[in-house]
Amino acid sequence: MSAETEALSDSSTAILRLEGVSKGFSGVQALSGVSVECRAGEVLALMGENGAGKSTLLKILSGDLQPDAGRIVVDGTPRVFRTPAEGHRAGVRVIYQEPEIIPHVSVAENVYVGALPQRFHWFDRRGLIKRCRADLERFGFGGMLDPEAIGNKLSAAPRQLVEILRALVGEVRIIAFDEPTSSLSNEETTVLFALIERLRKNGVAVIYVSHRMQEIFQIADRVAVLRDGRYVGDRRVRGESDGAPPLKEEEVVRMMVGRDLSAMYVRETHPPGKVVLELDKVTNADVEQVSFQVRAGEIVGLAGLVGAGRTELARAIFGDMPIDSGRILWGGDEGSTGLRELKLKSPRDAIRAGIGLAPEERKTEALLMRRSVRDNTSLAVLEKLRRFRFVRRDAERELVRKYTTQLRVRTPSMEREVRTLSGGNQQKVVLARWLARRPKLLILDEPTRGVDVGVKAEIYAIIADLAREGIAVVVISSDLPEVIGLSDRIVVMHCGRVTGEVSRAEATEQRIMELAMADYLHSTPTAHASGESSKQSKSGMSSTAGAS
Amino acid sequence: MQDDRSAARRVLDFVGAQNLSLLIALAAVVTIIGVQDANFFSPRNMMAIGTTVAIAGLLAAVQTVVVILGALDISVGSITGFTSVACAMVFTASGSASLGVAAAIAIGLASGLVNGATIVYGRVNPVIATLATLATFKGLAQLISGGRAQGYTGGDDFFIFLARGSILGIPTLIWVLALVAAALHVLLKYTDIGRNIYAVGGNDTAARLAGIAINKYVIGAYALSGAIAGIAGVLLTARTGSGQPVSGSEGLELESITAAALGGCDLRGGKGAVPSTLLAVLLLGVLSNGMTVLGVNPFWQNVAKGTLLAVAVVIQQKRSGERAVGLPR
Repeated sequence: MSAETEALSDSSTAILRLEGVSKGFSGVQALSGVSVECRAGEVLALMGENGAGKSTLLKILSGDLQPDAGRIVVDGTPRVFRTPAEGHRAGVRVIYQEPEIIPHVSVAENVYVGALPQRFHWFDRRGLIKRCRADLERFGFGGMLDPEAIGNKLSAAPRQLVEILRALVGEVRIIAFDEPTSSLSNEETTVLFALIERLRKNGVAVIYVSHRMQEIFQIADRVAVLRDGRYVGDRRVRGESDGAPPLKEEEVVRMMVGRDLSAMYVRETHPPGKVVLELDKVTNADVEQVSFQVRAGEIVGLAGLVGAGRTELARAIFGDMPIDSGRILWGGDEGSTGLRELKLKSPRDAIRAGIGLAPEERKTEALLMRRSVRDNTSLAVLEKLRRFRFVRRDAERELVRKYTTQLRVRTPSMEREVRTLSGGNQQKVVLARWLARRPKLLILDEPTRGVDVGVKAEIYAIIADLAREGIAVVVISSDLPEVIGLSDRIVVMHCGRVTGEVSRAEATEQRIMELAMADYLHSTPTAHASGESSKQSKSGMSSTAGAS
Repeated sequence: MQDDRSAARRVLDFVGAQNLSLLIALAAVVTIIGVQDANFFSPRNMMAIGTTVAIAGLLAAVQTVVVILGALDISVGSITGFTSVACAMVFTASGSASLGVAAAIAIGLASGLVNGATIVYGRVNPVIATLATLATFKGLAQLISGGRAQGYTGGDDFFIFLARGSILGIPTLIWVLALVAAALHVLLKYTDIGRNIYAVGGNDTAARLAGIAINKYVIGAYALSGAIAGIAGVLLTARTGSGQPVSGSEGLELESITAAALGGCDLRGGKGAVPSTLLAVLLLGVLSNGMTVLGVNPFWQNVAKGTLLAVAVVIQQKRSGERAVGLPR
């Protein structure tokens, strides 16, 4: 960025101010008294761990949520946005990772939805598509998106482009991006950054939420940090005008975490036992030729970017998604050392074999939000607690008490509805459910998402305990320090394939990121070529295997 | 934190806020009607209310199970008519009351299985599927009966006992309702099957991922609903003395769903209880009897039932705090 735009953004006053914003959900204070401001022509990076309150803040800004206290000031005037539409009219746009797309209509109609050009309600489709194509060119997205494509056929990246275009064709003054690059390719990211640069020059205030440090240092002017719903502070990326030193990554991490990370993980090596699970070239719609082993008492991390196929692989192992080819071999049977092939038709089969899965979306996929802690904990063991189909209530209470106490679930009573607990305690209830079932293999998909730092440390300790008891644990996590801190071994996936295995000793964020980005990261021709050739050799292998 | 609750609080927790409001409403309605017409309190009228309520009560009780599972069965009224005719015709042809009853329950069960299979394997929304079979089963009942009442059961001891007999001074019809309702209540509250029904209705993905075979539960609930509609069909035949294809069963789906909603069942699933539904059935029965006793134009009864259903759901949704944006879930 040039010196004059720097000066320009310095001189202009804040066009957006959030003042003392607080928001609580049942049981959790998501934001407490957060004040942030953003100037015209400034890119403000909003950082914080999962659950720090960034998304809640963006939802309040967009009008999707109403704050319990505090206000939004745009151009010096306090505004209340009761709906996102009211925010749009005031020039405020929030671009989410997974934007809402109307499924059965074209991209063009999706872009201009709510403001379709019309004459006497007569809708001019041709003109609209033409206009959309022109707007795509104007904003530098020419050729990246077909205006006539149908909404539900779009993948994540084009969906996001549609959402960004929606913002641009309106009069946007303040735009916020929520982890925009997590679903974008390298090329699309470049276009997005160019666009952000252009927005900045046009005097738009840009708020940018991301976990990717590198991106932040590339495009942001200022970094503001949230932690556990509180505003920690802000720093200029390129140093103050009075000659203060430029910002360092470690400083941001320290602000985000507020404590030494390494102390959170229980560092001990587990003596691995017999093989509990072996995947042999497992292939389905989302994963290809996945092979690896998990041993008893071992914690295996499954790393990769969003969309790498990790969740889908977990679902396949859990019998919730069919596999097209390959075998799932099971060695978890009591008193047997051999492996037998598992043919799973449903999660029920998997659970009976001895597998447990704590899914990624605990509220929508794991918990009965309006049922009690007791109901939720005993859900997967009811068939072991019954006598002539009657549930033995005393046995149930005893079991629930044992595991909720062991995991220190903070609840006034086990009859409390789960929705009244905090995110961390809800996650503990999910873990308690599986502990009560005593599986031989437990798959945890993003076990600490939306959980505050204190409970995170507890969950890490629980996972370590499980491994010590001889349970094989697979942890899927997008949080690199977490994967590295927890795992004995890390399997990295990219685009549905395993791109590498890293032992604890050789695990660094750099190494895992390289494997997770596979062919994207290396822009040097040689590295790219080697990525290509390894891909070819893999497909060559599979074809010979198929022929033989 | 919860151990030092007051006695009043504990009573409220035991009875439940929903039941308490139903009891208050019931008391109010009874008082208003009783003040206007002393005949209302006659034992004869009380028995009349009880027996009228029995058939709707059976359907409401089993509708509660279906609603807790997160679905709806709007074909229950049609199945009742269908099985009523079948029961009378099989009885007339064979001369055996037990064959008639068995036929009604078997046909009801089969009808329910058709509903369940259509929903699970045809991937049809439960409301649409049972709306379709509501017409189909009603049509079948009219086809096999030629649209007329069939057979005469008024001379058979068993059917007379069902319709007008009593045990310990309580009409047989009420016994049947009480036994079925008690069985459903025990099923829901004390067995793993019931717990899993609540789980499926509360969050079907979570239920599936916890190892519950949800297809079995959906098909099972509809089969149960059909079989109990079959029992209701037998009672209808006994009360009227002949098989009734449409009369006496039309509108029972509305009544059963209204009772379930008034009784506090969440129509999105996962919440509800048989005793509360029965209280609501009683309230509806008293209301309709009272309107008859007071000589209100009978057409008002439909207006009242429809309004009650809408109001019950509105109150429910307001309580859950859902935002008024677009179509409700």
